[in-house]
Amino acid sequence: MKKFVLFLALTLAVLLSSCGDDREVLKVYNWGDYIAPGVIDQFEEENNIRVIYEMFETNEDMYTKIKNSNNSYDVIFPSDYMIERMIDEDMLCELDMEAITNYGNIDGEYKNLSFDPENKYSVPYTWGTVGILYNKTMIEEAPTSWGALWDERYKDNIIMMNSQRDAIGITLKYLGYSLNELSPDALAQAKQKLIDQSPLVLTWVVDEVKDKMIGGEAALALVYAGDAVYCKGYNEDLEYAIPSEGSNIFFDSMCIPKNCGNKAAAEKFINFMCRADIAAANAEYIGYSSPSSPARDLMGEAGKDPTAYPDITKYDLEIFSSLGDKTKIYDELWTEIKTSMGM
Amino acid sequence: MKKLSKAYLGLVLAFLYAPIVVLMVYSFNASKSRAVWQGFTFDWYKTLFANEAIMSSLYTTLLCGVLSALIATVIGSMAAYGLGKSRKASGGLVLSIAYIPMLNAEIVTGVSLMLLFTIMGLDLGFFTMLIAHITFGIPYVILTVLPKVRQIDWSLAAAAQDLGCTPWQSFWKIIFPELLPAIGTGFLLSLTMSIDDFIISFFTTGNGVSNLSITIYTMAKRGIKPEINALSTIMFTVIFVILIIANVGAVKREKDKKRSMRI
Amino acid sequence: MKKTAFLIPLYVWTAVFVLFPLAIVVYYAFTRPGADGVVLSFESFARLSDPMYLGVLLKSFKVAIIATLICILCGYPVAYTLARSRSKYKLIIIILILLPMWMNFLLRTYSWLSILENTGLLNTILVKMGLPKVRFLYNEGAVILGTVYNYLPFMIMPIYLTLLKLDESLLEAAADLGANPVRAFLRVTLPFSIPGILSGVAMVFVPSVTTFVISQLMGGGKVPLIGDVIEQQFRVVNDWHFGSAISVIVMVIVLVFMYFINRGDVENNGNGGRILR
Repeated sequence: MKKFVLFLALTLAVLLSSCGDDREVLKVYNWGDYIAPGVIDQFEEENNIRVIYEMFETNEDMYTKIKNSNNSYDVIFPSDYMIERMIDEDMLCELDMEAITNYGNIDGEYKNLSFDPENKYSVPYTWGTVGILYNKTMIEEAPTSWGALWDERYKDNIIMMNSQRDAIGITLKYLGYSLNELSPDALAQAKQKLIDQSPLVLTWVVDEVKDKMIGGEAALALVYAGDAVYCKGYNEDLEYAIPSEGSNIFFDSMCIPKNCGNKAAAEKFINFMCRADIAAANAEYIGYSSPSSPARDLMGEAGKDPTAYPDITKYDLEIFSSLGDKTKIYDELWTEIKTSMGM
Repeated sequence: MKKLSKAYLGLVLAFLYAPIVVLMVYSFNASKSRAVWQGFTFDWYKTLFANEAIMSSLYTTLLCGVLSALIATVIGSMAAYGLGKSRKASGGLVLSIAYIPMLNAEIVTGVSLMLLFTIMGLDLGFFTMLIAHITFGIPYVILTVLPKVRQIDWSLAAAAQDLGCTPWQSFWKIIFPELLPAIGTGFLLSLTMSIDDFIISFFTTGNGVSNLSITIYTMAKRGIKPEINALSTIMFTVIFVILIIANVGAVKREKDKKRSMRI
Repeated sequence: MKKTAFLIPLYVWTAVFVLFPLAIVVYYAFTRPGADGVVLSFESFARLSDPMYLGVLLKSFKVAIIATLICILCGYPVAYTLARSRSKYKLIIIILILLPMWMNFLLRTYSWLSILENTGLLNTILVKMGLPKVRFLYNEGAVILGTVYNYLPFMIMPIYLTLLKLDESLLEAAADLGANPVRAFLRVTLPFSIPGILSGVAMVFVPSVTTFVISQLMGGGKVPLIGDVIEQQFRVVNDWHFGSAISVIVMVIVLVFMYFINRGDVENNGNGGRILR
């Protein structure tokens, strides 16, 4: 018994003693696999700040977490429509652009976009398109339409994206509507279309898509262009296409939520991420398109990859806009779609 | 017939161990991807200790496990003692309520605690996860300690008091040592439950605090790092060895006992 | 010190961290955000009566019942063999059955993916043997397999512990009275082991019916169970009211189920260890 108590006391002492780090803390909440390895360490070293790094899968996960916590993250990476929604709901801080000196590295065409017209709340991190990643050896002809994702020939060979705006959005596009369509009739059609598709789908994932496509688990997948770039780097049979019906163009930016704990450090971090060498390292590793020409210049060939940097004038690309008070309709629609799978 | 049952046991064990063996083999695979075997390596065992995400979640798991098990053991043992001593019928109702976290669906327990913490304005993190783990640990302690309390021979304690012990002395000298093995089992049981928990932790932690289960869940979304396989192999081997030693000891003691009985 | 004083920490803890949180869930289940503040409403339950959600609930039950039955059918012979065995390896085998439970269940489940996926171990072997590939993953069967795999030891152990207590002379008596082994099993052994089976059912059924991890990993989002719907409400779409309503339904079903299991256990004079999940 005495031995046992002694053992417990020792274990506790050891466990408790190892938590002693009096550096400033910065909490970063980013997408999964969305930063180059080593970047965090470099930031910690240069600024003597300890970074707590957490990852989310979709904008909605991130939003829910921020909305329900009292003292939340310092830097977050929402996309366009989510930035708009969070501005509307007064969830974001205005940024001190004086502190973010590297903001000048961002190209003019990526500033002051519709979701943040005066660029007061967000600094662009990456952008990209949504399209189909396909395995040339597993399909008969290259897909040109979203219809490929509804093609009976590819039953059990299609991977869908488990993210509500993207999945519903491309379905609306396929049906000939806008990505931001809100009419009940169009949404009901999109819902039915997705439910009809479910027997053909292999699985619904977000980040796992990369491993699966590289490994040759499926023939077609709905992906972000950046993930396509990453996958092509590991499997030469893969190719990326933006269907003719048009698609989504997205912008992921860095923001600071209202309930952050360390705004100054957050701005330091955003500034650091905009530095040309860091932005280049990130874009090169994650494969997503960089909005910074100094960074692209450092990347050489990778800065001109047509998958990541297509001629966007050739396609009908739309930005998602915030749904405002219609969000609830989408949420219920999504719940119903996901619940009806495999019925 | 004998052969058939042996073959069947073998089949069940093969089923239980297939994924574990696969996982252990992959911990020595030079390739990062699960799809291909690229030769034997010890690299993941080396990089494991440098992987901050894994090491810090291991630390969180152990700290939360030990602390929650300790507190749950104190509360649970006291309750078991109080309940076991009284012969009132109301004990049944108290027990039914105390057992709720053990009987209810984990997801409901997790969700209800998340709502509580959020409404109370607490930041989800280590502290909230600890509270949650204590909550589901208590019933397991009561479950193991209560039967022992019911078996206690109170006349011994009474006799000690007749011989001049204070009630406290008789409790610590007579009753407590009697209960100690059960309390120890309760502690270990709640520790195991805490270390293995995923669902309740998933809803009650946040702000960068994650235990091993949550780290593994996050990693599973983007390819398990081979370091995790290495860590599991190590943990598995350690527990295996401990269990074998403990049980071989028990078997030996048993045999000695039998032998001495025969003499 | 009065004996009730020992109960105070339990009372306080249970009130604050068990009963109060459940009351919050019930509160959210029966309310809706109205124009000015929250109002009493059965809207969430009305939404739940949609055949779609009933379908998910039924499917969760179907998956859990099949998994539990498979656990009984596969686990009983193991428990029986072990309980009757006098082999010196018996202890080792028991340890081997319990040991996987100490390895993180997510990892073990995830490991099945590398065995079963399209380019996985099993399919590689099939292809080598000149056979066509099989889609093992992302269907109901895969979810059931994952569930059985995770909870099988929880079925074996309580049945084993009950069967250990079976007095061999009972069986001998049955044989003397002319019962053949099958009849002896059905009339003596099986009824005797029912408390063990009930404990096992409690330990397997409840977590299977409410899982969302196994259905996500093995079902790939194509086999949504009721746990998935709850998780989605709290983590993705942030609808506490609807999520709470489903939680209340699940809680009521589970607690009623456990009540009957426990009663069955008591009626069979509680031979097996009490329910332990």
